[in-house]
Amino acid sequence: MTQDSKQRIPVNESEPNSRQLTFEIFRFNPLDPGSEPHFDTFTLEETAGMTLFIALNLIREEQDPSLQFDFVCRAGICGSCAMLINGRPDLACRTLTQALPSTIRLAPLPVFELIGDLSVNTGKWMHGMSERLQTWVHTETEPDLDAMEAAMEPALAEQIYELERCIECGCCVAGCGTAVMREAFVGAVGLNKMARFRLDPRDERDDGAFYELIGHDDGIFGCMSLMGCQDVCPKALPLQTQLAFLRRKMAFAGI
Amino acid sequence: MKILHTDVLVIGGGLAGLRTAIGARRRGLDVSILSLVPPKRSHSAAAQGGMQASLANAVKGYGDNEDVHFADTVRGSDWGADQDVVRMFVHMAPKAVRELAHWGVPWNRVQGGKHNVIINGQPVTLEESEAAHGLITARNFGGTAKWRTCYVADGTGHSMLYNVSDQAIAANIPVLERTEAMALIHDGQRCYGAIVRNLMTGELFAHTANATCIATGGFGRIYRISTNAVINEGMGAAIALETGVATLGNMEAVQFHPTGIFPAGILVTEGCRGDGGLLLDGDGHRFMPDYEPEKAELASRDVVARHMEYHIKQGKGARSRFGEHLWLDIRLLGEQHINHKLREVKEICQYFLGINPVHELIPVRPAQHYSMGGIRTDAHGQSPQLQGLFACGEAACWDMHGFNRLGGNSVAETVVAGMIVGESIADYCLSEAGQGMIDTALVKRFLQQEQDALDGICKSKGTEKASELIKQMQTLMTDYVGIYRDGTNLQTAVSELKSLLERSERVGLQSSAPGVNPELVMAYRLPRMLKLALCVAQGALNRTESRGAHTRLDYPQRDDSQWLKRTLASWPLGASSPTLNYEPIDIMKMELPPGWRGYGKKDFIPHPDADTRQQQVDAIHRKTQNRFERQQALLPFHHLLPEKFHQNNARFQENSEGESP
Ligand SMILES: Cc1cc2nc3c(=O)[nH]c(=O)nc-3n(C[C@H](O)[C@H](O)[C@H](O)COP(=O)(O)OP(=O)(O)OC[C@H]3O[C@@H](n4cnc5c(N)ncnc54)[C@H](O)[C@@H]3O)c2cc1C
Ligand code: SF4
Ligand code: SF4
Ligand code: FES
Repeated sequence: MTQDSKQRIPVNESEPNSRQLTFEIFRFNPLDPGSEPHFDTFTLEETAGMTLFIALNLIREEQDPSLQFDFVCRAGICGSCAMLINGRPDLACRTLTQALPSTIRLAPLPVFELIGDLSVNTGKWMHGMSERLQTWVHTETEPDLDAMEAAMEPALAEQIYELERCIECGCCVAGCGTAVMREAFVGAVGLNKMARFRLDPRDERDDGAFYELIGHDDGIFGCMSLMGCQDVCPKALPLQTQLAFLRRKMAFAGI
Repeated sequence: MKILHTDVLVIGGGLAGLRTAIGARRRGLDVSILSLVPPKRSHSAAAQGGMQASLANAVKGYGDNEDVHFADTVRGSDWGADQDVVRMFVHMAPKAVRELAHWGVPWNRVQGGKHNVIINGQPVTLEESEAAHGLITARNFGGTAKWRTCYVADGTGHSMLYNVSDQAIAANIPVLERTEAMALIHDGQRCYGAIVRNLMTGELFAHTANATCIATGGFGRIYRISTNAVINEGMGAAIALETGVATLGNMEAVQFHPTGIFPAGILVTEGCRGDGGLLLDGDGHRFMPDYEPEKAELASRDVVARHMEYHIKQGKGARSRFGEHLWLDIRLLGEQHINHKLREVKEICQYFLGINPVHELIPVRPAQHYSMGGIRTDAHGQSPQLQGLFACGEAACWDMHGFNRLGGNSVAETVVAGMIVGESIADYCLSEAGQGMIDTALVKRFLQQEQDALDGICKSKGTEKASELIKQMQTLMTDYVGIYRDGTNLQTAVSELKSLLERSERVGLQSSAPGVNPELVMAYRLPRMLKLALCVAQGALNRTESRGAHTRLDYPQRDDSQWLKRTLASWPLGASSPTLNYEPIDIMKMELPPGWRGYGKKDFIPHPDADTRQQQVDAIHRKTQNRFERQQALLPFHHLLPEKFHQNNARFQENSEGESP
């Protein structure tokens, strides 16, 4: 948990012009009756290659051991660490402080249940969405594990992966006007998953079945196409194209 | 007292835990899963490069089969692996890949016709069979005779984990997310579940079960420089150790990956080298062929990592303000390839290094990567000491990796082990041994014990700081129990770790925040991590030879005459250090008796029975007609597998005699 912060020491010495960073961090512990939502301010000296992962761990180690946040991979691949960074949803672990102004305001993602400080329960939300949208390959056939696999067009496999790269970070949900207003809205993340399974020939569901799942205002028809989601998706998923495509298909399936 | 109960409790929501849970669920059992994080955030998601399975669909995989995969894995392990288990594994890996394909993993596929690749620094044109078009393809990885690593661009683990996790949701298996197993409930003979803590509220409760399976992944974070996620602290292995009964196997066998980006230690996949990337030194010289003329960058990881560190020690490293490192060059693979097949690598380079690997070199240096050691189990995944306790995946040591794991063999192991162990657990639960009442008084006692321990930490007036002690442990491990080891440094590590363990009893907290309290979490994990660190360091100190990833400068040879055995560490209750025992590996049962690996050091001290066994093996080779018959005669393994997995694997171009053109 501390390896990266360790390495700042020699760097620090060779960096005469380092900035003083001011962190304004949202604080609230729902389990503490005495706790009120507010922002705390911390200051840190910036070091080369400093990410918000390094900075937040340093603050917790040296200034406030009760600070809550979530990091797992610290490599931008697991989707744990999304938060509002100066108001914009993004992955904290791969955000370099040098890309930010010297005052950095951090807040938890909206929409999701708050666990404490910067930690939100994206897992629960995503799990609920997966259950509702049944985000798995639906097939009636039992696989014969001893036999050759069914062939698939190489380009199709790559297209499916393209949509499967979503890391369920929740940025698109936090950046979505509909999700803020409609609690049950499945978000770009859910709609993108539908597009992924619709593309997959192994999934035997037809458009009628997909329509049942997303052909309503908590699904594709709730989306206002303002594309806040695409702008903030850290994996640069082609959400705009997928959502537009899905809307056409579902409008058709609904007739 | 809150007690939950299910037939099966799986601790760990990574690939191994999820697949095990699905298997047991399909046999009609009531299963629940615990995980520190939402399952899809488990570290399995980080596996980039791929999964080994001998499908032999791609032209550079022709002729591959279970036998070749077996030999590569055993050689990779430096003969430390259990060959029964390796056999089971190589037989199951193609089934696992195909099951995953059925579940939705978008494996990259063979494109019929000509395509250009880079091999050994040179552009080469390969021609794929049109008949194989659309079958699952494979890339090259270190330490393998064939291109065998199936992949999904460089997001293999992500795709696998997402599809398996979604299957678990489909099977309606409840996951207690953000829940930590704190102790195993047991009576010295049998395990009855675990005491667990809710990491959102801090609530402590008991989760009992007839069978408990630990699938908690590796313990890389006892090191300072590691490719592992920050949650890979080995808590599953540690709570098994703390039973005083269960044992940990080969904890000194720790893998260092050649290409952690420097200095953060974030991994860039072996696929970079598999696809043709090169290692360069500070002068821009490609140095690996100087050390390994044949395999060059693609010798096994232990060998490459050692040469890299050696080369740096010779003053050949590149220098930066963070220290010395080497370069990984993937520019020759071209933009198209990097954008499609090495995308995560590109992103990592952009975000963490601010460079574009299409045009620039990537600074790398070996970093701790994988734990070959773990909870010792038999070939069915059950602890030999504690009935009802199972383990699988990186947390376990059923021992298919010995002293060095091959790239791509780990994610393959997780699913294969899940397929097997899920069945063993079901067999156990449905047998008489797996029935029986659980003594509530025992559960209560364990719960109270854990509660007292937490209260003790919260009330302690101690002045030691957990975060500080963790840092010291990590530094000791990286500096003294790293790639190159020797008696003096290991001795220092052992005594300093012991003193850290003592000091950990005097940890006090500054914060008394209600709820999970991250400072408290660190404080109770600290002594558990230290115990694991001591098993690693003590195991390494005692093992006076070099084998696989365990390299002793003072004992540079592999010594089969003394050390063809597995370390078993246990931690007797109240002890201040681990007890080490040794379990011999029977050379007379080996299908592949020890020899030279085909890369790395050529000299080793042979086992006195090596020649006798080799002659027996040769005689069987002469007597038998085809590879299946020969294999059966050498090392029968089917009886260890559930019956439904007994059939041979179909293979492109292979006939029923196991021959391919
Ligand atoms: C960066 C990186 C890249 C890799 N690339 C490859 C590759 O290309 N090919 C390959 O074969 N292998 C690769 N590996 C290795 C491979 O990914 C892992 O060995 C494998 O995924 C481990 O899977 P697992 O299911 O055993 O554990 P994990 O996926 O680590 O899951 C562990 C689970 O246990 C849970 N857990 C832990 N402790 C507790 C506790 N006390 N209580 C409750 N839950 C707990 C966690 O929440 C998590 O869900 C890579 C490893 C790394 C670090
Ligand atoms: S387009 Fe707008 S409304 Fe639709 S999912 Fe994206 S952010 Fe939400
Ligand atoms: S679609 Fe993008 S922003 Fe939304 S959850 Fe997936 S990765 Fe995150
Ligand atoms: S910690 Fe995994 S994405 Fe940031």
